[in-house]
Amino acid sequence: MSHYPESLISGLEERARQLRITSLEMIFRRQAGHPGGSLSAAEIMAALFFHRLRLNPALPSWPERDRFIQSKGHASAILYAALAARGFFPTEDLAGWGNLECHLQGHPDRLKTPGVEMTSGILGHGIAIGAGLALAARLNQAAYRVYVLIGDGECQAGIVWEGAMTAAKFRLANMTVILDYNDVQLDGPVHEIMPLEPLAAKWHAFNWNVIEIDGHNIRQVLESLDLAAENHGGPTVIIAHTTKGKGVSFMENKSQWHGVAPDAAQFAQALAELAAPSAVAGGRV
Amino acid sequence: MAEISMREAYGRALAEYGASNPDIVVLDPDTSSSTLSTYFAKRFPDRFFNVGIAEPCMVDVAVGLALGGKVPFANAFAALLAFRAMEQVRTCVCYGRTNVKLIAGYAGISDYKDGPTHHSITDVATMRALPEMTVIVAADSSEAARWVPLVAEYDGPVYLRLSRAGALSAHNEDFALRVGKGLTLRQGGDVALVATGTMVGRSLAAAEMLAAEGVAARVVEIHTVKPLDADLVVQAAEETGALVTAEEHTIIGGLGGAVAEALAQRRPAPVERVGIADTFTRTGPDPETIMDAFGLGVNDIVAAAHRAIARKSAV
Repeated sequence: MSHYPESLISGLEERARQLRITSLEMIFRRQAGHPGGSLSAAEIMAALFFHRLRLNPALPSWPERDRFIQSKGHASAILYAALAARGFFPTEDLAGWGNLECHLQGHPDRLKTPGVEMTSGILGHGIAIGAGLALAARLNQAAYRVYVLIGDGECQAGIVWEGAMTAAKFRLANMTVILDYNDVQLDGPVHEIMPLEPLAAKWHAFNWNVIEIDGHNIRQVLESLDLAAENHGGPTVIIAHTTKGKGVSFMENKSQWHGVAPDAAQFAQALAELAAPSAVAGGRV
Repeated sequence: MAEISMREAYGRALAEYGASNPDIVVLDPDTSSSTLSTYFAKRFPDRFFNVGIAEPCMVDVAVGLALGGKVPFANAFAALLAFRAMEQVRTCVCYGRTNVKLIAGYAGISDYKDGPTHHSITDVATMRALPEMTVIVAADSSEAARWVPLVAEYDGPVYLRLSRAGALSAHNEDFALRVGKGLTLRQGGDVALVATGTMVGRSLAAAEMLAAEGVAARVVEIHTVKPLDADLVVQAAEETGALVTAEEHTIIGGLGGAVAEALAQRRPAPVERVGIADTFTRTGPDPETIMDAFGLGVNDIVAAAHRAIARKSAV
């Protein structure tokens, strides 16, 4: 039984709900962005940004901060929503997303947006870059941890496995990868486009510690992050089983909502579905 | 004493410099015995990372090390570093502006034995096109060694192009080496031979031959192809009226392209480009044979100088 009190869990669930709403508001306003993969990662992002990550929003370059790399950079909406809610920049900035003068780029840009650890958007880079950051921590005797959020479709890219071999070779126990396994990518179901299974066995075979969880269950997300940090043998991947478009009925498990913005009627329906906190009590049904 | 190869000079210099700068870390994709980053690896095993045959991964790991405050020297064959890892270089090194030093060994046709798969004759063109990238081509072994601390202490992405082999010596006395500042190695008013890399020594030899014919050729070394020392090139155009560019690279988009772009904008003048024509190369018995066969001979520079001078009257 987890030591996490119910109040913490419910608070993070509410954070996740707010991140979903903010992400959809941003995508609707801009009429661009990636709703499906933002909604699937809401509990993961809530647990990381509002509990697990050691951050200092007033000093984004604080040397001891944990490093979070959003390798699935197309889900930038939920990263920006989390950074704003965490205080890295004013929430009003979110309204300018995509405008020429706004610091918020289509995909995360480390040079423009406070709190963005690494530029991303082209899939596959996060693990190898994270491995470099983890090696630097070792050389510098720094205590920070490296967290990398990757997508499932992303695992079709060879560079992911080059990075996986590297992190395992150097036994980078200070590195945790969270794999948002929603089984939907741009063109259709991941298991049809290019099957990944047996996915856990692949990571095991690459000498990673593997934890499988329900990625919409905050308690499981928190506990898996703890387990990863307690393992000193090497890097850990948390395979988080999720639902693409989670929380909005007509978006769930639909590849057409990978990178399309809702119209006004759809947005209104989505907000209505997300209005009640119980709507996304993921993993507790 | 025969001069050592560029890679030998670089490898020794890197190991030596590593002793004075603890932030230097070195990566290699299973080619350390060739690039000679192995000297550093043996001396500083904790700061050396062999990532196996995975150049894109090497560049990304280097990016992470740079984000963590280190100064990574990522070594590889130019043919792989500049092409297989190009997306990493574009997105994570240049666009992300990370302080990664890409050390491109075996550039040009210097890996003569392995042939066109391992020849790298378009890398300057592609690297030069990237925003934020600085492109440096070493002319000889002494220069290759001297670039190590300068590149390490330069803030931002660098592509340092080295030859597997040696080269005709470009410098026989002390010289001031600075990123972005070209060097006038020989004065002359009839034509300017603007060269980079292994073609600097060959251009000096060509200038000697031209002098015997009564033609006074200036020799300008452009080691930093980007950012180009346009002032020096324009000055050469103004004072000689005709230029030859010379590079161990295709004539498309490299030094010749950079010089032509600068002159077209600021001071149009006849430019003859000595380089590899728009073609793939071939395997050969040694670098010199391939260079001579593909239009990089000293006589090719001399002939180009005559063509450039003849075009002055047409301007």
